[in-house]
Amino acid sequence: MNKNSQPSAGKRHTAGRILSYVFAGYKFRFFLVLLCILVSAIASVGGSLFLQALIDDYIAPLLTMETPVYTALLQALLMMACLYVTGALCTLAYNRIMVAISQGVQKTIRDDLFSHMQTLPIKYFDTHAHGDVMSVYTNDVDTLRQMLSQSIPQMFNSVVMIAVTFFAMLFKNVWLTLVVLLCVCFMLLVTRFIAGRSAKYFIRQQMKLGDLNGYIEEMINGQKVIKVFCHEQEAEKGFDEVNDALCESAYQANKYANILMPIMINIGNIQYVIVAMAGGLMALGGFDAGITLGVIASFLQLSKSFSNPISQISQQLNSVIMGLAGAERIFRLMDEPSEEDHGVVTLVNVSYDKSGSQLEESENRTNLWAWKVPHSVGATMVPVRVQEDGRLTELKKPEDGSTWAWKYPETETGPSYRVIHGPVRNVEGENYYLIKLSGDVRFDGVDFAYEEGKTILHGITLFAKPGQKLAFVGATGAGKTTITNLINRFYDIADGKIRYDGISINNIRKSDLRRSLGIVLQETNLFTGTVRENIRYGNLDATDEEVEAAAVLANADDFIRRLPQGYDTMLTGNGANLSQGQRQLIAIARAAVADPPVMILDEATSSIDTHTEALVQQGMDSLMSGRTVFVIAHRLSTVRNSDAIMVLDHGRIIERGSHDDLIAQHGVYYQLYTGAFELE
Amino acid sequence: MIKRLIACIQEYKRDTILTPIFVIFEVAFDVLIPMMMAQLIDKGIEAGNMTNILLYGLLLVVMAVVALIFGALSGRFAAKASTGFSRNLRREMYHNVQQFSFSNIDKFSTGGIITRLTTDVTNVQMAFMMIIRIAVRCPIMLICAWALTFTISPKLALIFLVVIPILALGLYFIMTSAHPIFERVFKKYDWLNNVVQENLLGIRVVKSFVREDHERAKFGNVSNEIFTDFTKAEKLISFNAPLMQLCVYGCMLTVSWLGAHLVVGGEITTGNLTSMFSYIMMILMSLMMCSMILVQIILARASAERICELLNEESDLKNPANPVTEVKDGSVVFENVSFSYANDPSKECLKDVNLTIKSGETVGILGGTGTSKTTLVQLIPRLYDATEGRVLVGGVDVRDYDMEALRQQVAMVLQKNVLFSGSIKENLRWGDADATDEEMVHMCRLAQADPFIQEFPDKYNTHIEQGGSNVSGGQKQRLCIARALLKRPKILILDDSTSAVDTKTDALIRQAFRNEIPDTTKFIIAQRISSIEDADKILVMEGGRISAMGTHQELLQNCQTYREIYESQTKGGGDDE
Repeated sequence: MNKNSQPSAGKRHTAGRILSYVFAGYKFRFFLVLLCILVSAIASVGGSLFLQALIDDYIAPLLTMETPVYTALLQALLMMACLYVTGALCTLAYNRIMVAISQGVQKTIRDDLFSHMQTLPIKYFDTHAHGDVMSVYTNDVDTLRQMLSQSIPQMFNSVVMIAVTFFAMLFKNVWLTLVVLLCVCFMLLVTRFIAGRSAKYFIRQQMKLGDLNGYIEEMINGQKVIKVFCHEQEAEKGFDEVNDALCESAYQANKYANILMPIMINIGNIQYVIVAMAGGLMALGGFDAGITLGVIASFLQLSKSFSNPISQISQQLNSVIMGLAGAERIFRLMDEPSEEDHGVVTLVNVSYDKSGSQLEESENRTNLWAWKVPHSVGATMVPVRVQEDGRLTELKKPEDGSTWAWKYPETETGPSYRVIHGPVRNVEGENYYLIKLSGDVRFDGVDFAYEEGKTILHGITLFAKPGQKLAFVGATGAGKTTITNLINRFYDIADGKIRYDGISINNIRKSDLRRSLGIVLQETNLFTGTVRENIRYGNLDATDEEVEAAAVLANADDFIRRLPQGYDTMLTGNGANLSQGQRQLIAIARAAVADPPVMILDEATSSIDTHTEALVQQGMDSLMSGRTVFVIAHRLSTVRNSDAIMVLDHGRIIERGSHDDLIAQHGVYYQLYTGAFELE
Repeated sequence: MIKRLIACIQEYKRDTILTPIFVIFEVAFDVLIPMMMAQLIDKGIEAGNMTNILLYGLLLVVMAVVALIFGALSGRFAAKASTGFSRNLRREMYHNVQQFSFSNIDKFSTGGIITRLTTDVTNVQMAFMMIIRIAVRCPIMLICAWALTFTISPKLALIFLVVIPILALGLYFIMTSAHPIFERVFKKYDWLNNVVQENLLGIRVVKSFVREDHERAKFGNVSNEIFTDFTKAEKLISFNAPLMQLCVYGCMLTVSWLGAHLVVGGEITTGNLTSMFSYIMMILMSLMMCSMILVQIILARASAERICELLNEESDLKNPANPVTEVKDGSVVFENVSFSYANDPSKECLKDVNLTIKSGETVGILGGTGTSKTTLVQLIPRLYDATEGRVLVGGVDVRDYDMEALRQQVAMVLQKNVLFSGSIKENLRWGDADATDEEMVHMCRLAQADPFIQEFPDKYNTHIEQGGSNVSGGQKQRLCIARALLKRPKILILDDSTSAVDTKTDALIRQAFRNEIPDTTKFIIAQRISSIEDADKILVMEGGRISAMGTHQELLQNCQTYREIYESQTKGGGDDE
């Protein structure tokens, strides 16, 4: 029992959070529901009181009359009819409002859940079973709905009934009320014991349901592999295990839940007997003059209507427990820490000001982008003069022939400078700089480990000037993909090690950083929707013409037009109706329509046939012009015309240079290259 | 539909039958106990007779304990039966999915299968439990109570003949109008599942393009549609309780009015009238319960239909009556084979393919995107059936083989391959459950996977995340090849399975194939000519046909397309490795 006390504090917290959802949008309506329940409960209690009075006060007098006059009875019945109709209307009203509330809360929670999930770091998605996450959206949210729409109103209804009858009992006789209370305490103890057990198993049931979901999701996604390996029996065996575990916890949970009600009802019955005996003893023993036989009889009626709602509450406890178990899983996902983003540098549209030398922020889409760097980020922009020997001298203010440079304070040997090429804005009195987005990416001794102690990248230093094409070559697992994961901050490294246009990428707001990068990933993921919608994913504002132009650029236009509905062909199941190559072409078009200054191509061309690839290459070449490009590819033909080639091995750059340099070096690249000839 | 579902009860038949039996006992006591209580009041309390109070009290306590035992037992059996039933449902569905052919799999979305196996089963389970418990309890209660009203006054009892049809009509109306909406809601749940799943799979794309808001809007739309429909359906259902209340209250008032006349007329006593009211309350309670079940059944009906869809889906590939269980050798023959996914001759992906491959040959397949290279090889392990013509493996039509026997001998490394969460060893054992460590290391060496596995701290026990997200594309491909090699197949098909592997490794893999499994027929689909140029036969595919066939040298001389591809890959002094 002690063990239970800790999570119960958490549960109270969970319940509080759910209530805060209810209050956030439906405060007024929720109170209206409570009011309606109150009225409806009073109508039903009033009804049963009336029936008792009916015989004594209306029918009995009729018997004594010579010619019975039914007017009084009719009046009373009509009054009752009004009360009943009001009660029924209130029941209807609170049921309907409660539907709106519970569905609304459910929707809000679902939306919040998804919204929050979008902010989670990539690491979360890499380490959680997708099916288990999906289970939260359906199974767990659903238990919450049941709890809200059914259990809460019923429980409140019961509470009202209990309160009303309790006062009625107290009014009739205090001693007998005490006897009833003793019995109720016993009921509560039993409830606590049994409900505690079923709660344990209900929580386990939700967990196992998540496991099952995870198993199915993974296996159904790999169903074709299962078929090819005739692995059906093993898959069934694995499923049976998870399924049996779910069945067992569901059985235990339901067993305790089911036996609770008969136990409650019969304890209620025993209580009835005890009250009768106690009352009888008291009355006959002359213990209390207030206890007459009539009082006992009517008290017994009351005690029954007192214990009924208590057993109803205990019955509802199960769905509350299940709902709370679901809610806990929901809130656990909601409490996952979001991707950290302390970036303050944003990407803005700019134009040249009147003088034509400085940039100016613009509201309109100008197709000219700049980073807006608040002064607070740590680097300052200072005017410098480049000496003939290449050294820089810092100036107090800009002069003829001077240029702007970033001044970084952090090094031990004094400040370091980096000359800025391209237009800027640095106006005294403003608290920000503008610097044109040009796509200059530098790595400075980057080390990286996904898990502590397992360093994947060692001291990577590289620079890509605007418009340059950098290629990474190396065995699989050498760390090529990791490098691109760092550029777009899927994973974060220490501050200042990677700079984009001279700005530490940690200072750039993630969404703006990613918007400035176009990525074609190793694994193509398309979404359900038309081909056009899939391409437009890269730029939601793109017109149909722009979408098609991008497709033409990627040489996807040709095959898309040959699809049954052309650009409006529906793609489902990650583009299952397309070949791998076609899917990649769409992914390339998707990146093309985004039109970013920096592109990352991760082995994207590897599954396209040579003929198509040649066409893609042409499109890509035109797409790449004027952009900084990082290419990861295995075919040397695709990396040959790069400005610089990095040969990676076990997370280190072991060779770098242009194709010709590397061939002349007679190193690993040369071996790779000449190895090709040996193979022929 | 119901028959199909009942068939899933199986070993829980005993529990399913015992539940209502105990429920009946329970109901009997539920009816008896209040009658005893009335006796206690009449003969004990009203009479002031302590002995009677004790006597009836004791009797009541015993009855309560017995009722408790029956109630607890019925609850236990109900739990056993319903959870067991849902377990069987899930198992049967999942096992049926395992029988599915590729085209069956294509028909159901993953999201759809998951909701059927979880949410839908939960709904049916709840309904099932209610049916065997409450649906038994309520009518019996109802009939008992009604019968008792007859003993008091048959005239008054007739009121229910008026009320119950009204009630039934109302419930019928609510049910029939809510059902189609619930069906819609469930379809949208599938859709919601799909959106979440695609989002999870494509999260890198979402984040790269900063499309979180777009995804939110997409999800918000589905979520909103569910909200709208679900609200509509539940609002319809919320007429249930007040309708019930009105009927019962109506009865009460009518009985009061008519009862008063009867009392005055001396037909019944006032005591009778009081009992009448308590029976009406009893009827009210059982009607309430009935309507609760009805709601659950409405919900469950849509779910049950969806479950049956999955249960009744029959695999369109069936084992023949007397299957051939041994694959003689690795020879493959295509005879006038045509194929279309939609079984529609106008949309043929393969047209009139004829092909003869001898056992042990290496066949390279080359062709542009969408030229049905994958389709061609998928017919060999009978993942799909040819629409026309026939495919022979080892001299026997693939449709005459036992499918498992055939696929054991035909290992295919799919283009879109998947690793499963678990250790590397566990993944490799898919190929051969009894493989020893040495065999695994050997095959991994052939697939050039051993070197990188050795570099992992846990080596062969390294845990692979779902979908293999913690290994690179090239590593995944090599693990998949090793997994296929462990089957020691007579035919090995690599569908563009080395595209993410660097060329040097690719060459080493092929060399290993040549030296280590010379008798295995090998089909290699590739984009690089270097991957297939040493093959015994190279097929060039164009538009679903084999446009040219021959060795590297022959094709260089005879096939324009092949020569162009070759030149494009080797131009500038042969820079393709």
